[in-house]
Amino acid sequence: MSESLSNDNGFSEEPQEPALLPLDAWHRARGARMVEFAGYMMPVQYTGEGGGIIAEHLWTREQAGLFDVSHMGQLEFSGEGVAAALETLLPGEISALKPGRQRYSLLLDDNGGILDDLMIANRDGDYYMVVNGATKWDDIGHLREHLPDEITMNHLDEHALLALQGPKAAEAFARLDVRPESSDTPALLDLKFMQAGAYLWNDKPLGISRSGYTGEDGFEISVRSEDVVALADALAALPEVRPIGLGARDSLRLEAGLPLYGHELSPETDPVAADLGFAISKRRRAEGGFMGADKVLALLAEGAPRKRVGLALEGRMAAREGATVHLGARMIGTVTSGGFSPSLQHPIAMAYVDADLATDGTALEIEMRGKRLPARVVSMPFVPHRYYR
Amino acid sequence: MPRYFTEDHEWIDVEGDVGTVGITDYAQSQLGDITYVELPSEGTDVTKGDSVSVVDSVKAASDVYTPVSGSVTAANAALADEPELVNTDAEETGWLYRIAISDSSELEPLMDRKAYDAYVAGL
Repeated sequence: MSESLSNDNGFSEEPQEPALLPLDAWHRARGARMVEFAGYMMPVQYTGEGGGIIAEHLWTREQAGLFDVSHMGQLEFSGEGVAAALETLLPGEISALKPGRQRYSLLLDDNGGILDDLMIANRDGDYYMVVNGATKWDDIGHLREHLPDEITMNHLDEHALLALQGPKAAEAFARLDVRPESSDTPALLDLKFMQAGAYLWNDKPLGISRSGYTGEDGFEISVRSEDVVALADALAALPEVRPIGLGARDSLRLEAGLPLYGHELSPETDPVAADLGFAISKRRRAEGGFMGADKVLALLAEGAPRKRVGLALEGRMAAREGATVHLGARMIGTVTSGGFSPSLQHPIAMAYVDADLATDGTALEIEMRGKRLPARVVSMPFVPHRYYR
Repeated sequence: MPRYFTEDHEWIDVEGDVGTVGITDYAQSQLGDITYVELPSEGTDVTKGDSVSVVDSVKAASDVYTPVSGSVTAANAALADEPELVNTDAEETGWLYRIAISDSSELEPLMDRKAYDAYVAGL
């Protein structure tokens, strides 16, 4: 047998000199199966008690999961006029982002195509950005090319990034002695969804935001590489917390309706088709002035010919990336991500379909291995978000 | 009853001219949680090396190639409700299908348990 039909998570079992992250040995000691992902060896799942994608997925939905996402790019921007400079590349209103606030944004090319999706936070007038691991080097090149010389971009490549996600994440994390670095930063438990701040744990600096990629409440924690083993040990020692691999990260984000770069998002897709119009702030819609604005504003006005939707499938056979979507004889779209939903116990998928059929309840079929699988368009998230607002 | 193994991690038990085919415990451990198994229909004629079954895990779908040619005589109906049997008992109750073997010489290049274990140890 072989995994030749589809392998839609971008995992490869045949690494070519991938880099090792600071927690590499930590994962291996916990029975992780390591695979190459975005140029790094990453844990795809753990073995033994509580291990396996479904068990890890459900644990995160019920307790708290600890994810190592240190492959992602952490960038810091500073300098005179930094917000305005970033606004030439990002469609969000960066200048209106208050200190301690974070938002979702995009890097777009001249044609409105999506180069990456990202999180950006205001750190007391400097801006902290987290971009995807697989795209970070291209992003850095793009930013370096287009930002003016007076803006300093610092790649925080000596920082690791952890995510603690799940309904028990906050109560567990609060048992560590994590204190705000300054008096205007909220206490850890008072931090709300999409807020961020500087904290100290045992004198070790942590950049913490209340955000994540699972649809659950939780935190993303930027920590110096030299401190990450101690932090991971302290978090994993909490009874609610287990380490979770990339496999469950993917099934969790799919249930949460969150797009994944390289699957739902690419230079061939645009923010309107991707249903990410919320990332284009009102003032930016009126004024433009960001890379790709002409195309994106036209799409906002006229609508995109295709749209990203969620699909719920009947039966148990999963639709996979690349499967075509049909309405009778008409080919109406393509699946970009699909898999079995551990929470819902049936397969779900995301697809781009013709905009006239992108309405909830539309019955259609997905072609997989010569079979037509009945499915219908459903609103996303598939599993409700439980953010702390 | 002799059991043979393929390099693609299928096993086949042979009794007379009937074979029972499944995937190995090593294979299921690599695939992770199995959520669906697509099985061949009874009466299907298959040729050695054909993809005759698909095992869906949370992560990906994987082909199962028939180790011998012949005609499918049965599929494991228990897997419809309990695909996880392939995880928990891959080499016994998690079998996939039975086949009337048309050419038993196709078994000759396959590995025995000892050779397969050595093969897996070298992966």
